[in-house]
Amino acid sequence: MTTTSWASKPLAGWGRYPIVEALCARPESQSQTLNAFNEREGDAVLAHGFGRSYGDAALLSQGRVVLTRRLKKMLAFDETSGVLRVEAGVTIGELIEVFLPRGWFVPVVPGTQFVSVGGAIGCNIHGKNHGHAGCFGDHVLSMEVLLASGEVVRCSRAQHDDLFWATIGGMGLTGIILSAEIQLQAVESGAIEMESIRFNNLDEFFQISEESTDYFHTVSWIDCVKGGSQMGRGIFMRGRHASAEQAATLSEGPLERVVELVQRALDGRAFESNLLLNRATIRLFNEAYYHKHPAGELHSVVGYEPFFFPLDAVENWNYVYGKRGFLQYQMVVPEREAVRDILKVISESKMASFLAVIKEFGDQDHGGLSFPCGGTTLALDFPNFGEPLLAMMERLDALVAEVGGRIYLGKDARLSAEMFRRMYPTWEAWREVRDRWDPQGVFQSDLSRRLGLTPG
Amino acid sequence: MTVLILGATSPIAQAVADVYAAAGLSVALAARDVEEAARAASDLRIRYGVEAQGFGFDACDAFERHATLVSEVEEALGPIDVALVAFGFMGDQQASEDDFEKARRVIEINYTGAVSVCEAVARVMVSRGAGSIIGLSSVAGERGRASNYFYGSAKGALTLYLQGLRNRLASKNVHVMTVKLGFIDTPMTFELETGIPVASPKKAAAAIFQAQGRGVETFYYPRFWGGIMGVIKSIPEKVFKRLSL
Ligand SMILES: Cc1cc2nc3c(=O)[nH]c(=O)nc-3n(C[C@H](O)[C@H](O)[C@H](O)COP(=O)(O)OP(=O)(O)OC[C@H]3O[C@@H](n4cnc5c(N)ncnc54)[C@H](O)[C@@H]3O)c2cc1C
Repeated sequence: MTTTSWASKPLAGWGRYPIVEALCARPESQSQTLNAFNEREGDAVLAHGFGRSYGDAALLSQGRVVLTRRLKKMLAFDETSGVLRVEAGVTIGELIEVFLPRGWFVPVVPGTQFVSVGGAIGCNIHGKNHGHAGCFGDHVLSMEVLLASGEVVRCSRAQHDDLFWATIGGMGLTGIILSAEIQLQAVESGAIEMESIRFNNLDEFFQISEESTDYFHTVSWIDCVKGGSQMGRGIFMRGRHASAEQAATLSEGPLERVVELVQRALDGRAFESNLLLNRATIRLFNEAYYHKHPAGELHSVVGYEPFFFPLDAVENWNYVYGKRGFLQYQMVVPEREAVRDILKVISESKMASFLAVIKEFGDQDHGGLSFPCGGTTLALDFPNFGEPLLAMMERLDALVAEVGGRIYLGKDARLSAEMFRRMYPTWEAWREVRDRWDPQGVFQSDLSRRLGLTPG
Repeated sequence: MTVLILGATSPIAQAVADVYAAAGLSVALAARDVEEAARAASDLRIRYGVEAQGFGFDACDAFERHATLVSEVEEALGPIDVALVAFGFMGDQQASEDDFEKARRVIEINYTGAVSVCEAVARVMVSRGAGSIIGLSSVAGERGRASNYFYGSAKGALTLYLQGLRNRLASKNVHVMTVKLGFIDTPMTFELETGIPVASPKKAAAAIFQAQGRGVETFYYPRFWGGIMGVIKSIPEKVFKRLSL
């Protein structure tokens, strides 16, 4: 007897490209999740959190998608050690809301708080503090995973460690994470003591980067429209959790002003005659935001939200790119020269990215399908210009692979299987573990089929 | 102060539990899935620092257990100030037509079970001369429709029962509130292509909490359902039959 509500729904990642019809269930509890899984009738299955991955990582067009967002119970918390056990659908935002008042913060957060713990593990997300804190998975102590066999297994560094490591950054392909135990980070306040510095080109960016090692969090916005001597100009932001005294001096910093500008642009109001982003409006925006920041350094104490989640204030800003959606291209390259080559290709392509983010990762390579490794990462959002964009991205893939870099699967919608294999040479070891726990390929995604990560 | 939530694993029940826990009340979570109720209780303890405990509860398998449950809850968490009857079961109309046992289940869960547990709660509240009972009914109980009249009639009966109970308890200082729910974003509506906006359980819970605090007796949520039902109820039977609703 079927007890689960299954419904065919249009499903998309944050980039709204591609959009697929998927047979979905949205269990309200752990037991309903097990029921739903048992009703799969031979179909492939995939967990889907909040769909904040950009492309098709959380999509499965022929199969069953289990929406995990209602699995949001907090199961255990130790006030003294900061160890927390929660179900996989709890969001990063909820964790901060509940635990920041008690002096705990989430050790690694992405650029939006609307992601689930399951999604954070599935993509092994990185934050602005990769050099100091690694990835989200580094703070996970154990997980309960619903396996292809229908069993629920607890795994950790000491217990089924192969499953543990294959699930962290495993893109949902080892099973459904039901709950996870996470080590929170003690903080004195939620405020961030930060500095923002305008830089004129890529060389200056790298120089400031080198001088910022004692800042916990670093990130920069760059203008990828400008070429020539101003190529790679932008604003560098670095910060650390403020002390309680500093938090008391919380101010309206330059960051808020930049954030405000972005919000206005995304609300569409700044470009009254042209709601959709095109090269002209993007160029305008980039000029404006660069010049809005005074030359030199600015010190301020800001709230964690504008610092970590500047875009969250604009709900559904992804819709601003219109019906065709947009694609993000995020890559990491171990060589600085390659960044220059890539920016050059982009600025010459005349296809502009509205928001470009650049930062340097720490040295840690997390293995498997996890994205971060030592080098410079650049994330670019492109309106879906269609074929010319895809062609340019393929050119970029070649440049990235050439120097031993890779692109982020959590943001990908179009990488080829061949390129993927060049970028992730350790993928076979991961695949071996995956196949051991799910030999039939019960867990699949459109991404896994495209990249040949799962059988069938 | 304690709130008893009956049928605690539904999304609306959980959202209501959140609101009361945030306001500092102890929460008793009664549900068939005891394990899930216990998980929900730990969630409330961690998030809100309140007392919370899970209890086993079946709406209609053993009516005599309902009074026992009430005393167990009061023993563990103190006098029940607010009780929410949140369980319900839509069933499958066709299956109910084919097999009376299926129809009976729908009727017993939504009506008989609700009455049984309300009586048990009412007894202790009357003895103290204080308390508030909230019943979640449905707009489906406003007019019999071909497509779900088993569920609709049971909810309709529940609405009438709550009305009667309210009248009886008015002089005992016990408040009875009927909530007529329209489409809320729950498993019941997940499969529907409604065309009508679906409200979040969180918003529904906030509205219920507020209305209970103000002593409201009966209300629609989302509110526009009051208007919709006004229209639906006014359609002459002759016409209604042909609408195949
Ligand atoms: C504005 C914005 C900023 C971002 N910034 C960053 C950033 O700074 N760093 C970064 O690393 N990422 C960033 N991201 C990407 C985002 O953090 C990841 O895509 C994250 O995985 C999304 O979580 P989700 O809950 O939406 O998961 P989904 O997108 O729904 O799923 C992502 C993957 O996780 C799997 N998954 C989800 N839940 C489970 C589960 N319970 N069990 C098993 N597998 C599961 C899915 O199958 C899928 O493969 C950003 C995204 C946005 C929209």
